[in-house]
Amino acid sequence: MAAAEFDIPELKDDIEIPKLREGVMAHAKTFPAGQPVQDFMGYPHELGEDWKERAIDKMGDLLGKYRSLKVFMDACVHCGACTDKCHYYLGTSDPKNMPVARQDLMRQVYRRYFTTAGKLFPKLVGAKDLTKDILNDWYSYYYQCSECRRCSVFCPYGIDTAEITMAGREILNHVGMGQKYSNEILSKVHKIGNNLGLPGPALEDTLEGLEEDIEADTGVAVKLPLDVKGAEVLLVTPSADFFSEPHVESLIGYAKVFHAAGISWTLSTHASEAGNFGLFNGNYESMRKVAMRIRDAALELGVKRIVVGECGHAWRVAYSFWNTLTGIGYGGNDPFSIELQKQLDPTYPQPQHICELTNDLIKSGKIKVDPSLNDDLVVTYHDSCNVARASRMGTEPGGQFIIPRELIKSVVNNFHDMADETIGESTFCCGGGGGLLTDDLMEVRVKGAMPRATALNNVVKDHQVNFMAMICAICKAQFTKVLPKYGFNMSMVGGVHQLVSKAIKLD
Amino acid sequence: MGLSTVTMIYAGMFYLATFLLVVGLGYKIFDYSRTPAPLKIPTTPAPTTRKGVTYRMAKEVVLFESLFKSNKWIWVFGWLFHFGLFLVLARHLRYFTEPVWFWVGIVQPFGKYASIMMVVGMAGLLARRFLVDRVRYISTPSDYLMLVLLLAIGLSGMLMTFVVHTDIVALKAFFLGLMYLDVQPLPQDLTLLVHLALVALLMVIFPISKLLHAPGLFFSPTRNQVDNPREHRHVAAWAARLDQKN
Repeated sequence: MAAAEFDIPELKDDIEIPKLREGVMAHAKTFPAGQPVQDFMGYPHELGEDWKERAIDKMGDLLGKYRSLKVFMDACVHCGACTDKCHYYLGTSDPKNMPVARQDLMRQVYRRYFTTAGKLFPKLVGAKDLTKDILNDWYSYYYQCSECRRCSVFCPYGIDTAEITMAGREILNHVGMGQKYSNEILSKVHKIGNNLGLPGPALEDTLEGLEEDIEADTGVAVKLPLDVKGAEVLLVTPSADFFSEPHVESLIGYAKVFHAAGISWTLSTHASEAGNFGLFNGNYESMRKVAMRIRDAALELGVKRIVVGECGHAWRVAYSFWNTLTGIGYGGNDPFSIELQKQLDPTYPQPQHICELTNDLIKSGKIKVDPSLNDDLVVTYHDSCNVARASRMGTEPGGQFIIPRELIKSVVNNFHDMADETIGESTFCCGGGGGLLTDDLMEVRVKGAMPRATALNNVVKDHQVNFMAMICAICKAQFTKVLPKYGFNMSMVGGVHQLVSKAIKLD
Repeated sequence: MGLSTVTMIYAGMFYLATFLLVVGLGYKIFDYSRTPAPLKIPTTPAPTTRKGVTYRMAKEVVLFESLFKSNKWIWVFGWLFHFGLFLVLARHLRYFTEPVWFWVGIVQPFGKYASIMMVVGMAGLLARRFLVDRVRYISTPSDYLMLVLLLAIGLSGMLMTFVVHTDIVALKAFFLGLMYLDVQPLPQDLTLLVHLALVALLMVIFPISKLLHAPGLFFSPTRNQVDNPREHRHVAAWAARLDQKN
């Protein structure tokens, strides 16, 4: 299964814009989904005779359902502003990884089948008939996009390539070219309740083991409750938090925060996953179905608050979409959403991010911390793409940058940000988001991490940074795997609540 | 006295071009507005109020804020071109109004030199298409031709402003005549005829080309949505039907 050998990019002092090297990443093809998975998801598993009609029909369907797609297909003027903004272009130098070129893979087909100019003068406006070659390009390059939205910050019309990638993948699904990784995860979450396929009893065992570890470590009986009816808080967190390193350290951190603050809380077997891979495929129904588990669990357990753990795309879905998809939030005036919203405590935001919760508790003095316990660390913070550019924390725009940093600075004494153009709204994706966190895309992942690795390298050199904190399960898994290829130790990577966990006072 | 063939052709051409522009653009705007945006996707940080969104959009439309963040060269050339074009178009209103509006009179002397801004901006943008490898890679023939068309309109206009003047009194009579369905003779200078024919061509291709970026910006969900998904439930009609099944 090992992917072919490839060169690891050399880290320079600055992130340089490479000269084009056409086709150098055309070979990167993620493993296709097999028949059982595609069947389960309701997609064909191979190209049928009518693949072209299916593709064009699906494109028309999506154009009619999503204003974003329709406007973005028309509005681009090929100005070039986005061409040097994608971490995959910067890391691979393949021109089809420039956001506009990635969009044009679909735009050329859109123009041919859906616009007057493309029907009359295809050559003039770069319109092309849909062919298998183009379909293969889509399959290659729509899985070399992590849907991180960095390009959308810099586009004068706000064109978000993520919307086009999502549509592209959805069309590919409908002609029988699904991705093994994402579609297997989606079928696991539907069948078992989480992306890792961790069944209820195994989850219970894991949590009991963690409780024993915490007690052995601290002498305090911190609990990790599961399926407790009537708890105040339902915590929904990525399933990687249950057993992956360093993720689990943050889970221990959340448990300590609830314990120290005296808040009753619970995890849910049914909703043992915050992640929602439905987002990556641009399939509203699929994303809704995954999100409905949270609503069901909240109704069943009768919780008053819903809090989300450290997971970037999950926070996007939770913050931006849960209210739309499932009524978790406020302001609904239909029976479906009122049923849940009347149960939730209106004094808290719904859903709430764990960083919002912990930061409030520390600021109001409800929990005590000792930052000197983290004095062995010099910390920087990686803004995860979906948190940075597709969500918010707190009441003010930009709270998603301020609150995690406030929280970190309250639990550590040594903090240095990376260069301005690599954080905040300009943050570079870890390189493994959006359904790319799979070994069959390792080359794409390693090369795509080059911009972040460069920025990190600079604060390591200048400020002796030895820990990069983050609030995303995918970022954590990606960085622990790819940063060692750039010479960094994987123990540099960890969660914000891993830092909280070390600094918090439990009695 | 009968009207010349050229006048009749140009009158017909402008009626047709105006019709296609209005209907084409009207249809596109109708199409954008009827297509729902089912999810909240503002690029954040985003304003949390409608007023804030108006301010964000104003900065995009007037100052090209995102482009400024992105690339100073494209911003300089793009802004010079668009602001120059705006002043030049404002100046042209004098051919369509009688009496000429007060503010058009004020813009008048600036509009004359704004044509230079416009042409310099376009020349810069065209040069980038040839010189920057990334921009060259993404450019289609229509990208070059669009700039050439606009340059030709700008240069032919400047030629009449600064070198070979045309009879602007007769020209104004022609356009006012078109507006009141009383066609008047068009001055038959070659430069003017070229200028007007290219403008008519631009009007025709506007609704079927990338010039749709102009209305598109106002419909871009990443820019025009309010960031308030936790406080307000946002559901598109086709998506609301899914709630009924539960």
